[in-house]
Amino acid sequence: MTNILELAGIGVVLLSAVLLVVLSIIYRKKSPTFRDIPAFTRLRLAVGRVVEDGSRLHLSLGHGSLTSPQSASALAGLALLRRLANLTSAGDQPPIASSGDALMTILAQDTLHSAAKSSVQTSFDLNAGRLTGLTPFSYASGAIPIIHDEKVSANVLMGNFGVEAGLLTDAAERESTFMLAGSDNLSAQAVIYASAQEPLIGEEVFATGAYVEANSIQAASLTVQDILRWLIIASILIGSLLTLIMGVK
Amino acid sequence: MRLRGVLPTAIAIASGLLVLAGYFLTHSESGGLSLLAEIQMTMLNWAVILAGFAILIGIINLSMVHFKKIQDKKKGSVYSLLLIFSLITTFVFGLLEPARVKIVFTMIQLPVEASLMALLAITLTYASIRLLHRRFDLISVIFLITSVLVMLGTIPLPLLGNIPGISNWLRPILSRVVATSGARGILLGVALGTLTTGLRILFGTDRPYEGNK
Repeated sequence: MTNILELAGIGVVLLSAVLLVVLSIIYRKKSPTFRDIPAFTRLRLAVGRVVEDGSRLHLSLGHGSLTSPQSASALAGLALLRRLANLTSAGDQPPIASSGDALMTILAQDTLHSAAKSSVQTSFDLNAGRLTGLTPFSYASGAIPIIHDEKVSANVLMGNFGVEAGLLTDAAERESTFMLAGSDNLSAQAVIYASAQEPLIGEEVFATGAYVEANSIQAASLTVQDILRWLIIASILIGSLLTLIMGVK
Repeated sequence: MRLRGVLPTAIAIASGLLVLAGYFLTHSESGGLSLLAEIQMTMLNWAVILAGFAILIGIINLSMVHFKKIQDKKKGSVYSLLLIFSLITTFVFGLLEPARVKIVFTMIQLPVEASLMALLAITLTYASIRLLHRRFDLISVIFLITSVLVMLGTIPLPLLGNIPGISNWLRPILSRVVATSGARGILLGVALGTLTTGLRILFGTDRPYEGNK
């Protein structure tokens, strides 16, 4: 008793999967060039400064639960955490990861532990991955002291945030530290645009992997997003034209 | 050694595929829930139970961070002391008066969070003023003008009341047509990003369960 919507859903997922595989094979030989997003260039510079001056990098994963649909942006943040932990491994201090979800905190600790094992840092501090609060504002209130008191010179907000992201961007501005922020939440995106030094809008959050670590699967996933976007645009236009011409509802 | 790396990936991919299939094939021939949908529900229930235990671990982590702060007499350790005290008090209160523990949230937590929301309003006003200083471009100018127009159209001014043209015409167009269409575009982009992130995890190229190796 499979209906048309379920079949369409399977079709989109299968099409995306096939495109992802085919494009990642093609991109192994020749990687594509993407438009320049200055925020990522400045992030690389900020990471360089973290290593040079012995300060710390703080990555906040938001309060999206792993068991909710909002987990994807936090998972993108976790992947970024691993890359940033590797990039800062030559520095004196490991990055700090804060989260408002307990499962994400455990995954962040695991990611930092894994990065520490392959770096020059001799010991791993479990408290580098922290749960700062379980409600949006308690999470933000718990993360603000990290920005103020822990010798942080670069902050990254990557995950599911609400309007409380504004408190974190404000704290970073008061400390004159670098702040790159992105969220999958619309209200948070508006707040971040107005208050963050380097805002990421829309799907740019999910493009982070391809920009920070240029591998074929990350590049392929960006192209798949573009192809699907054009397919959606074409469907909307065709649907509108059909409605206009034939009166189909 | 190699099995240690392959096994979690295989389990994660298999679980992911089963849960995904359960979303699409929900009904059986008889019209009831399909086997895949039942497996999906069972696995999601397991995830919720694990998430419950994770909260316990998270609270231990939170306490450890603040105990260490107090121990090292770091800046702001008074607040850490207050946090530990509140944590213990709420825990004991919850054990002694489980029916009335809601008071802690309605009488303390909610007002505190509401005041933070009010603080956020000031913070955002300040951030908006500084926006042009930080990023002087066309989009920022449009952002600010739109914000001012929507605010003027939403809040009746003293003595003047609603502003003709802005309150009844411009604001509805901006919020219902322009903002809604833009928001839908952004949400479609986010949905596509979510899809490809999920697929990368299903393929085992992103492995958050193995420290993203």
